[in-house]
Amino acid sequence: MTASVDLKADMQADKKAGLSVRVRQSAPIALDVTLDCAAGEVLALVGPSGSGKSTILRCIAGLHAAEEGGITCNGETWFNTSSGVNRIPQDRRVGFVFQNYALFPHLTALENVAEALLHLPSAQRVIRAHDLLDRVHLDGLEDRKPAALSGGQQQRVAVARALAREPRALLLDEPFSAVDRATRQKLYRELAELKRDLSMPVILVTHNLVEATMLADRMIILHHGETLQAGAPLDVMARPESAEVARLVDLRNIFEARVVEQRREEGVTVLDWAGRTIFVARQDRFAVGETVDWVIPAASALLLNPKKQRDGTEKNLVTGRIGELVPLGESVSLTVVVDDANDLPLNLSLPAHFIRRTELGLGDAVTVSLLADAIHLMARRK
Amino acid sequence: MDWQAFSLSLQLAGWTLVVLLPLGIVLARTLATRRFRGRGMVEAVLALPLVLPPTVLGFYLLVTFGGDSMLGALYERLTGSSLVFTFEGLLLASVIFNLPFAVQPMQRAFESIPVEVREATKCCGLTGWRTLWRIELPLAWPGVLSALVLVFAHTLGEFGVVLMVGGNIAGETRTAAVAIYDRVQAFDDIGAGVMSAALLVFSIIAIAVANRARPAIGWNHDRKR
Repeated sequence: MTASVDLKADMQADKKAGLSVRVRQSAPIALDVTLDCAAGEVLALVGPSGSGKSTILRCIAGLHAAEEGGITCNGETWFNTSSGVNRIPQDRRVGFVFQNYALFPHLTALENVAEALLHLPSAQRVIRAHDLLDRVHLDGLEDRKPAALSGGQQQRVAVARALAREPRALLLDEPFSAVDRATRQKLYRELAELKRDLSMPVILVTHNLVEATMLADRMIILHHGETLQAGAPLDVMARPESAEVARLVDLRNIFEARVVEQRREEGVTVLDWAGRTIFVARQDRFAVGETVDWVIPAASALLLNPKKQRDGTEKNLVTGRIGELVPLGESVSLTVVVDDANDLPLNLSLPAHFIRRTELGLGDAVTVSLLADAIHLMARRK
Repeated sequence: MDWQAFSLSLQLAGWTLVVLLPLGIVLARTLATRRFRGRGMVEAVLALPLVLPPTVLGFYLLVTFGGDSMLGALYERLTGSSLVFTFEGLLLASVIFNLPFAVQPMQRAFESIPVEVREATKCCGLTGWRTLWRIELPLAWPGVLSALVLVFAHTLGEFGVVLMVGGNIAGETRTAAVAIYDRVQAFDDIGAGVMSAALLVFSIIAIAVANRARPAIGWNHDRKR
């Protein structure tokens, strides 16, 4: 990339309110990411450990300098390797909620928050710190030190402290990973509520898809330091662009097939899946003869009740035997080993009562119907 | 009881603390938080007084401080007095042989502050000074305190280096430890006994203070998880 192109990109970024990030490096963690986060938007960075999520946050905060790139926020350049700008964290004014909160252990909750209010005259700091703690529902606990607070309360102190400087960007690094499930649900609600009042870009690093779906407007799937896909969380999860993304959003029924026919008038794409014909709601991006990956959510592969008569309307029938049967509370996760194709187990999720009523067990022969509308096709990576 | 020697020992220990408190904090904090070329070298040199026999260290300091050396000559030209066999020379030697006793506990204390806490201070907008006074020193204080206690007790008791660099000049360089040796040489067992008892009491107090400081060292928030 030439310098002039760089400059143009920077100028375009300057016009936007919000955060614009472009970072590239080869070590210690390889990164090559471009992302934008508008004011008031919550952007989730999702990916497995080591995908570079936290490093991106640290780059934005100024705690780490990438080898190459630029970061601008509301038109201000925070970092730019071509012009040699690298503002110190104190000047960038970001709110950072660390994974383990990083509260100052010898200071009370109030003092922790007040410490981030040094830009105010000292008389106002205490008042403002009280306000902030009220806002995260911690009134009454101002004088406790972090060790005397629960995990959820510590997280709230960290959020209050991060908001204290009226940050230009709010960065949350797996803020819910250190609390128990019940507390987490409560904190989700609180953050979703808080989100409405926030006018700065918010970046949430998580490996939890549920979290991303609940809290984020947009999500970026990262893998090995690269963006695989960006979009609304539910869109990305329903329509992954590649088998890799599908695996990362926890879809497990990913198979390879060949497009044999595009029936335009019927609105159907016909696949050849290891010798079986599969009908799919038409997806015309794919040419006849092209090899594609396809995916179906576990809930859209239906196990037919062996005790019931079929009405003949079921499409995409696949026969096989039950390979695994794992009760997971109210639902049962089971795999079906497809006949004549041992390497292709289908993963299904069924209500527990269905298994009880049908008395199905390991090794039983079953028929599965694959919902044509739920099958999503993905191009193969070149 | 040689009160003069005893008072001199206390003065030496006191001045050593005055010099080593800021110096130790700067060195310890740098070693704990910065990664730079030659860091291992610096740590090794700082630890040298721990393993060198005090007389050997004293001998080298004597040679380095002497009027024939660059340092000794420079000091003489600037102040008009010699570095060897004077209180100032003794103080400099004391600072050098106490460096590891000051730096190592302080370094451990600064190292025990989680990296994220340090990073959080930057994100909260704290300046380096504010971070040091408000966050790092309070958290590292138990380690700093035990370092000071160690240095104080060690200075009171040091014999070999003191004798080599300072000699045995009453009121100038004769410390309590040297005076005890002096008393024994003079067959004054009672005098030696009284002074030894006084040093023993001091040492016990020092250990008590250091022990009281220790439980607090690990109290910062990683104990919770």
